[in-house]
Amino acid sequence: MADVLTPVLTDDWDAERSWTLATYESRGGYGALTKALAMPQDDIITAVKDSGLRGRGGAGFPTGMKWSFIPQDNPKPKYLVVNADESEPGTCKDIPLMMATPHTLVEGVIISSFAIRANHAFIYIRGEVLHVIRRVQAAVAEAYAAGHLGKDIHGSGYDLDIVVHAGAGAYICGEETALLEGLEGRRGQPRLRPPFPAVAGLYASPTVINNVESIASVPSIIGNGPAWFASMGTEKSKGFGIFSLSGHVTNPGQYEAPLGITLRELIDLAGGIREGHQLKFWTPGGSSTPLLTDQHLDLPLDFEGMAGAGTMLGTRALQLFDETTCVVRAVLRWTEFYKHESCGKCTPCREGTWWLVQTLAALERGEGSESDLDLLLDQCENILGRSFCALGDGATSPISSSIKFFRDEYLAHLTHGGCPFDAAASTVWAGSLTGADA
Amino acid sequence: MTTTPDKTATDLVSVTIDGIQVDVPKDTLVIRAAEQVGVQIPRFCDHPLLAPVGACRQCLVEVPDAGNGRGFPKPQAACTLPVAPGMVVSTQITSEVADKAQQGVMEFLLINHPLDCPVCDKGGECPLQNQAMSNGQGESRFVASGSGGVKRTFPKPINLSPQVLLDRERCIVCQRCTRFAEEIPGDPFIALVERGAMQQIGIAENAPFLSYFAGNTIQICPVGALTSESYRFRSRPFDLVSSPSVAEHDACGSAIRVDHRRGKVVRRLAGNDPEVNEEWITDKDRFAFTYATQDDRLTYPQVRDTDGSLRPASWPEAFAVAARGLAAARQQGGVGVLTGGRLTGEDAYAYSKFARVALGTNDVDFRARPHSAEEASFLAAHVVATGPDGGAVTFGDLETAATVVLVGFEPEDEAGAIFLRLRKSAVHHRTRVLAVAPFTTRGLSKMNGTLLPTAPGDEPATLASLLGHADHGIDSTAVILVGERLATVPGALSAAVDLAARSGARLAWVPRRAGDRGAVEAGCLPNLLPGGRPVADAAARVDAATAWGVDSLPEAPGRDGDAIVAALLAGDLGGLVVAGVEPADTTDPAATTAALAAASFVVALGLRANDVTRAADVVLPVAPVTDKAGTFVNWEGRVRGFDAVLSNPASLPDLRVLAGIAEELAALGHGAPLGFRTVEEVWSEMAQIGPWDGARAAFEPVALATSGAQGAQGLVLSSWKLMLDHGSMQDGDKHLAATARPAVARVGRAVHDACGPTVTVTGDRGSITLPAEVAPDIVDGVVWLPAGSTGRGLLADVASPGTRVTVTGGTP
Repeated sequence: MADVLTPVLTDDWDAERSWTLATYESRGGYGALTKALAMPQDDIITAVKDSGLRGRGGAGFPTGMKWSFIPQDNPKPKYLVVNADESEPGTCKDIPLMMATPHTLVEGVIISSFAIRANHAFIYIRGEVLHVIRRVQAAVAEAYAAGHLGKDIHGSGYDLDIVVHAGAGAYICGEETALLEGLEGRRGQPRLRPPFPAVAGLYASPTVINNVESIASVPSIIGNGPAWFASMGTEKSKGFGIFSLSGHVTNPGQYEAPLGITLRELIDLAGGIREGHQLKFWTPGGSSTPLLTDQHLDLPLDFEGMAGAGTMLGTRALQLFDETTCVVRAVLRWTEFYKHESCGKCTPCREGTWWLVQTLAALERGEGSESDLDLLLDQCENILGRSFCALGDGATSPISSSIKFFRDEYLAHLTHGGCPFDAAASTVWAGSLTGADA
Repeated sequence: MTTTPDKTATDLVSVTIDGIQVDVPKDTLVIRAAEQVGVQIPRFCDHPLLAPVGACRQCLVEVPDAGNGRGFPKPQAACTLPVAPGMVVSTQITSEVADKAQQGVMEFLLINHPLDCPVCDKGGECPLQNQAMSNGQGESRFVASGSGGVKRTFPKPINLSPQVLLDRERCIVCQRCTRFAEEIPGDPFIALVERGAMQQIGIAENAPFLSYFAGNTIQICPVGALTSESYRFRSRPFDLVSSPSVAEHDACGSAIRVDHRRGKVVRRLAGNDPEVNEEWITDKDRFAFTYATQDDRLTYPQVRDTDGSLRPASWPEAFAVAARGLAAARQQGGVGVLTGGRLTGEDAYAYSKFARVALGTNDVDFRARPHSAEEASFLAAHVVATGPDGGAVTFGDLETAATVVLVGFEPEDEAGAIFLRLRKSAVHHRTRVLAVAPFTTRGLSKMNGTLLPTAPGDEPATLASLLGHADHGIDSTAVILVGERLATVPGALSAAVDLAARSGARLAWVPRRAGDRGAVEAGCLPNLLPGGRPVADAAARVDAATAWGVDSLPEAPGRDGDAIVAALLAGDLGGLVVAGVEPADTTDPAATTAALAAASFVVALGLRANDVTRAADVVLPVAPVTDKAGTFVNWEGRVRGFDAVLSNPASLPDLRVLAGIAEELAALGHGAPLGFRTVEEVWSEMAQIGPWDGARAAFEPVALATSGAQGAQGLVLSSWKLMLDHGSMQDGDKHLAATARPAVARVGRAVHDACGPTVTVTGDRGSITLPAEVAPDIVDGVVWLPAGSTGRGLLADVASPGTRVTVTGGTP
C-alpha cells in the first residue's frame, strides 16, 4: 500500500521540528540550491520544462513554459510571485506544506527566481492563516541568516530578496491578477488581460506567478533530475501531487501520490469511507470543480482524466460526502461562499451569485417549482464564460454538476416540502448524538 | 462615436461584423468598429474617453474568428477587444449566443436595480432603461423564481459631496464615475468599497468628492445613481427642452446643453465638442446658472429722480434721459466706456461702435481688472484677429506640444477645459508642463508639471532664462500660455513675446472671462477698433469709418480703464457708460467706486443691481446669455456662436439698448445711430467689416523690470481667483458654493512656524485673517491668498497682487 504513495514534499512533515532550517538541511535541504546556482539559468528552465511539471494551483499550465514567457530583453526588473492565498473550499495543501516545511518553498523560490532572473520574490499568503505567515517569515529570516538569501548568495553573484506579504481576506486574491493588485496595495479585483503578467505584471514588470506546491516541487526536480519527476504520473500529467482528502472518510489528510492515482486507491489509503456509509459525491479539486459521484471512483486523477469526466483536477481537494449528505444543502453552502466572495467587478458573478443563492435556498426549503431547476441551469449558463474571471465560472460548477447527477434529489425537496435529509446525520458527531437526543 | 477621427493617416484593419466588412483604424475596439456598420452593441461601463475596463459584460459578442483562423470559445466583451485583421464578429444581431449573453447580463443587472424609474431623475434618458428595452426581456424571472427575489437595498441617498448624491441601490457599479475621477481630472476621491452585490461607490471619511469636475460623473452615470442636489427631483427629462449653448464662465468656450422648462433653466450639461471641451465641463459651467434668476435681477429701466432716488422709467424715457445726460457729459470732457469682460462679441462690438460713433471717443476698455498699456499693445500686436484657421494655438495643439509653459495662469482654477486637456496631454502624450509660479499647486501636480519657482514680479527673468536652459530649455515644439494676470507684471508680456520669438515657441493668451477675447476682437480697447484695426493707423480708421458710414473716427488714442477712472476722479471726464463691471475686480476698487460717485453722469447696463447700478443715473436692464443669441470668442480665437435659449422679449441685449441711446443722441446732434437693432444685424455687420488686412499694430515692449524688491519689508503677495469663490455669477446655488475650496493663506514653512495656523495678512488697503497652510515649495518671501474668496475681495480688502504685505500671527 505504502508504495502507492510518493512522499517528496510531505516527506519531512513527520520530522522533529520539521519547519526549522536545521532539520531541513539535515535531510538534504538546500542541496538543490547549490546545484542550481552552478547551472546556467536557461538549463533550470529547461529542466522544469522537461520534468513536465504543470501548475499545481488548479489550471495545470506547464510551469517551465510559463517561465520561458518572461521576456529577458525587457529592461524592467522581473518578479516571482508565489500564490499562497489558498482559499478554495476543500483545498488544504499549501497551508500545511508551509506550516510543516516552509523551507521547501523558500528553496524553490530561490531556484525559480534565479532561473527567471528575478531579484525580488513575493510570497502572498492568505491573511487569515497568521500562524503560517509567521512560519514562512521565520523560515525566510533563517534563510537570510544562512546566506541563502540576500546579496551574492553563496558567492554566486546572485541577489534575491523575499517579501512575505499577508493578504487581507479575499478569495478573489487567489486570482493571479487580483493578487497582483492586492500586492501593489490596491483593491483586489482582477485586471484586464492582455497585458498578461508575464509581460506586464507586478508594477507593470514581467512577472511569474506560481502556486506554492509548484514552486516547492522545483528543488526536487533540480535535485533528482527532470527524468525522475517525469517518471511518475501519467503521460501528460507528470509527477506527484498532494491529494487532500476531507469529509466522510476515516482518515482525512494529505496523501502525496503520483498524478493518475484513482480515488478508490486514495480512499483505501485513508481507511475507507466513514464506517457504515457509502460515497455519494465528491469534488476532485475544490468546490469550483464540477462534482463527481461513486461512478467515477476509478478515473485517473490527472488533468486529462478529470477533463474527460467533464470536471477539472483543480487543486486535488477531494471532498468526500456520503449518503447522509443533502447535495442541495452542500451546493447552497458553496454558493453562499461564492456570493460572499464575489469581488463585485463584473455583473454576471456579482448579481448572478446573489440570485443563485436565493433560488437554491428556496429549493432547499421546498419552495418553488421544477422549472426553477431549469432556471438555475440557465442562470449558470449566463454566468459561465460571461464573467470577468474564473470565479464566476467556479460558482456555477457545483450547481450544474449536482443537477446533472442529482436532479431527483432537488425535486424531492419540492415534494417533501423541505429537505428530506437529517442534517445531523451527516455531522461528525452524528452517532453520539442520536441516542442522547432521542 | 465621440472621438475625433485621427487626422493623420493610420493603418486600417479590415474586419467583418455581422457579415459586413469594414475598415477601421488599428487598435479600434470592436464596440466602436460595430458602430461603423450601424450596429449598436449595448454597453454601460464603456465610455470612449475612459480606459476600457470590461466590468459590466453587457457588450458580449461572439468572435468566431479572432483573425488567426481560430475563434474565442467564450463570448468576448466588445469594449475591451481590439480589432485584428480578418477578425469576424457576430453581435446580437446575428448571433444567438451573443444575444442570449447580453439578455442574461441585462437580467442580472436588473435583479438588484430598484423599479423606481417613475421617480428616478434618469427615467426617460437612462441607458439602463433604454437598453433594457432594446436588449432585455420584458419579464423578470427574478421575482418569479424561488420565493420571489429579494433585492439588495441601501438607505438612500448619501452625499459624495455637498453637490453630488449617490443612490447606491440604483448603482450598477460600472465604475464610470470612479474611472472619470481618477483618469480625467485626477481627483480620485471616490472609489469602490465593499464587495459582491454590496459593492458600492464610496468616499473616505472626511474626504468628500471635491473636484471642480465632479458634475461630469452625474452626466456619464448610465443609471440614476448619481444626482445633483440642484437638479434632483426637479424635472422629468421628457418635459425639458434642450438647447445647445456655450458656457459663459471662462474663456474656454465649452459646449454646453441647457435644459429648460417653461422659460426656466433647470440644469446644464456638457456638450460634446471634441475640438474644445471633449465631453467635460467644470462644475461652475454646469451648476452656476441661477445668478440670472436672483431677486436682484433688474427687470425695468430706472432713472435718477429729482429726489435722488432711482425710479422706474419706460424704455423711451430711459433712452432719452441717458442720451441727454451723455450729451451733456460729452461737453464736460467726454464719456468713458467700461464694458467688463462678460459680453458677447456682438454686444462688445456695439459698445466699441457706440464709443466711437455715438460718443466720439476711444476711451473704452473691457479690462475691469488690473491691466497695463503693455498688455493693450500685446493684445493688438499678438492676439487680436488670430484664430485656429490662422494657425493660432488650439486645444489640440496642447496635446501635441512637447512642452507647455504656463505663466501667470493656473488652468485648474482659471480655465478648466485647458486643465483637463493639459492633464490628458501630460498623462497620455507625456507633454511636459512647466509653470512659472510661486509654488506647486494641486493642479500642477495633477498635470505632472514642474514648477519654475518665481516670485510675483520675477516672471520676466524666469522667462528670459528659459531659452537654452539646461533642464527646461524650450524650442519651437513648445507652447507658452500667458494668463491675463501677467498684465500686472511690467515687462512680463514683453519677455514672453521675446522668448517666443527667439525659441520659435508658439504663444497664446488666456483670459479669465468668456467675453474678454471677443471684446479684443470687437475693439473694446483704447488702441483697437474692431477686427484688429489699430486706432493709431489712419488707414484703419478710415476703413472702419467707411464701413460705419461716418466721416471720421476719433484719432486720439483712448484712455484705458485705469485712466478712465483717474480722469473721472480728476474731472477730466464727465460721464461713464458702464456694463458688467464689479468695482471690486478693478485695479483700485476704492478709486473706481469714487469715480462712479464723481462722474457727472453714469449710464449703467446690467443684469442685476449692484454698487454700479446703485450709483448710476440711468439703469438699463440687459439680457442674460440665456435670453439672447450671441458669440463668445474663446482663448483660441475660436468663434463660439449660440442661439437664445429662452424666449424673453422683454429682455434686451446690450446692443439694442445702446442702439436706442445712440438714436436719441443722434437726434440731439451727437454722433450717428448705430445702424442695427438686433444681434443678427450686428453679426452681419461684423462679418462685413471683417478683420483688418493692413499692418498689425507693432508691439511696444517694456524693458525687463529689475527685481527691485531686495531688502524690501514684508512678503510679496501672490493671488488668483479660485474657480469657485464669491463671484456673483455663482450666486444662487448653495450646494455648488459648498464645494468651493476653503479660503486659506499659503505660506512657507518658516512663516507657518513663526505665525501659527492662523495668519493676518496686511497690505496697503487693509488686512485679512485666514487659516494658513504650508505650501512646501513656495518661493521664499511670498504669500498667496485667494483673490475672490473673502469679503469684498483681495483688491479691495488687502492689496494688489505683486505688492508687499506683512504676515503676522492672527487669532481666528
